[in-house]
Amino acid sequence: MSTPDYHIKSYCRISNGKISKNGEVLFSDDSEEFPAFIKAAYKHFETDYSKFFKMDNLSKLAFIGAEVLLKDNNEENTALVLSNSASSLDTDRKHQNAISDQSGAYASPAVFVYTLPNICMGEISIRHKLYSENSFFIFAEFNPHLLSDYANDLLETGQANEVLCGWVDYDKGKYDAFLYVIAKKGLLPFDTGELTKLYRTK
Amino acid sequence: MNNIYLSHNNIVSAYGFDSASAVDSIKNEVSGLSLVDDSKILPNPFYSSLIPQDNLSKAFQKLNPQEDYTRLEQILLVSLANTLKESGLELTDKVGLIVSTTKGNIDVLDADSPFDENRAYLSELGKKIETFFGFKNEVIVLSNACVSGVLALAVAKRFIHQKRYDHVFVVAGDLVSQFILTGFNSFQALSELPCRPYCKTRAGINIGEVGCSVLVTKDEDHLVNESVRIIGEASCNDANHISGPSRTGEGLYRSVVSAMNQANIEAEAIDYISAHGTATMFNDEMEAIAFNRANLQNTPLNSLKGYFGHTLGASGLLETIIGMYSLHSNTLFASLGFQELGVSQPLNIITETTAKESSIFLKTASGFGGCNTAAIFQKVNS
Repeated sequence: MSTPDYHIKSYCRISNGKISKNGEVLFSDDSEEFPAFIKAAYKHFETDYSKFFKMDNLSKLAFIGAEVLLKDNNEENTALVLSNSASSLDTDRKHQNAISDQSGAYASPAVFVYTLPNICMGEISIRHKLYSENSFFIFAEFNPHLLSDYANDLLETGQANEVLCGWVDYDKGKYDAFLYVIAKKGLLPFDTGELTKLYRTK
Repeated sequence: MNNIYLSHNNIVSAYGFDSASAVDSIKNEVSGLSLVDDSKILPNPFYSSLIPQDNLSKAFQKLNPQEDYTRLEQILLVSLANTLKESGLELTDKVGLIVSTTKGNIDVLDADSPFDENRAYLSELGKKIETFFGFKNEVIVLSNACVSGVLALAVAKRFIHQKRYDHVFVVAGDLVSQFILTGFNSFQALSELPCRPYCKTRAGINIGEVGCSVLVTKDEDHLVNESVRIIGEASCNDANHISGPSRTGEGLYRSVVSAMNQANIEAEAIDYISAHGTATMFNDEMEAIAFNRANLQNTPLNSLKGYFGHTLGASGLLETIIGMYSLHSNTLFASLGFQELGVSQPLNIITETTAKESSIFLKTASGFGGCNTAAIFQKVNS
């Protein structure tokens, strides 16, 4: 299903040690572990933002994806509509390990705050000064149909001028991000078939 | 824009297993909070409102389950079964399902849980609800911190507006668990006494649990006496801090103004505010600033946290359902626990159950990640 009024303005894929924008590989790294990979990406993009190092893995993944797409984006009313399968389970397990003994005495607020998937959108909002709509959905797998309906409604009702949509999943060391900006003008038609194709192109 | 309504509803709570039991207790200013001594959750006793497991099991067995379900699944299924039955709707391909939760079955991460850890995936939880009733469409799980419950109504509205569905059932719930309590305790956010939203003596939150559900529909043939129309909604991020509310109430202020614009009303048109009011120092102060900026300082306002505690991903839906009954009965419910104003800006806190002709109310919520949601509802039957 295609929406003629809107386009895919730009898209970013992060998986398998590579970060690409609009199909072009911007960064690749053979680090086996995600923390080393994403730290190398942070340096590669010359990001100067010390809060990055306090973030959990999911937020780091979403943050770098948003950096790639929003760095030169001037649209203030950009809504964030993200989704994944594992929610914040990576950090949930850390909090669970901390509370499993000593009656929870080792619980840390710095960990606990990241036990919500939408925190990564808070991080992006702070970084890019977006006072905009945020919604985080959980699906078994990337669902361009429902995300597109939602983005369409935000755009058609004027609640947002652009929408940063997509999939950002971190679970048991595996990472997978596909983010894209929907706007009036852009590279490609805003089409769920197109989105599925771009997502599958690793 | 087409009219979209809230209709059949249910609340499973410490008060009972229907909305009426909760509404009647609130009308009589009876709190559902009590002292809980459970060292598996916290070493020290804490105030909470819990759904009694015996009653839950009995209600759940009536649904004739064919396999084992977690406590949260039982709560959600009991609530939704009731709303589905009342609605009499057939589950066609035009009927959607939204599950609103922050942590879902997070208790299965505990080594003592009899359930597989996979049950902690929120899509697994959603699938259990979807297949139990035989929904034709894939469940949509929304997990957006403490605004989830009210944001889920906006989400339902948008999917109906996009013609994906004609009706959406929204079900919301979160558990009182060691995971949650130890987390809030690490923030030193828990009150040792029943919470006192907006009060000078407030000392933090209580966490409570409910399951609740509602039918969101575009069809005027499926309404109930307490039905309301969604006339405006908006969500705006603070873009300020992931765990601390904005000092200027930025996101909440913007959400309220944007929702009023969408509803095409001024502040004076709002008869009542069902606010978030967690009773932490910073949250309540932030709300007072935002409501003053939006010129709502004289509008009667309550927080329902003194009745249920903070019910996390359910709270926004729970409090909206109570608001529906508040409008329908032309009654403002007391903000339980409040004694003396303890925020820096004026607010018109409802101190006792009061009769007032009302037709429009504003529901707000704010949460970690800097998220805020405002939604405005108008009574259908006068």
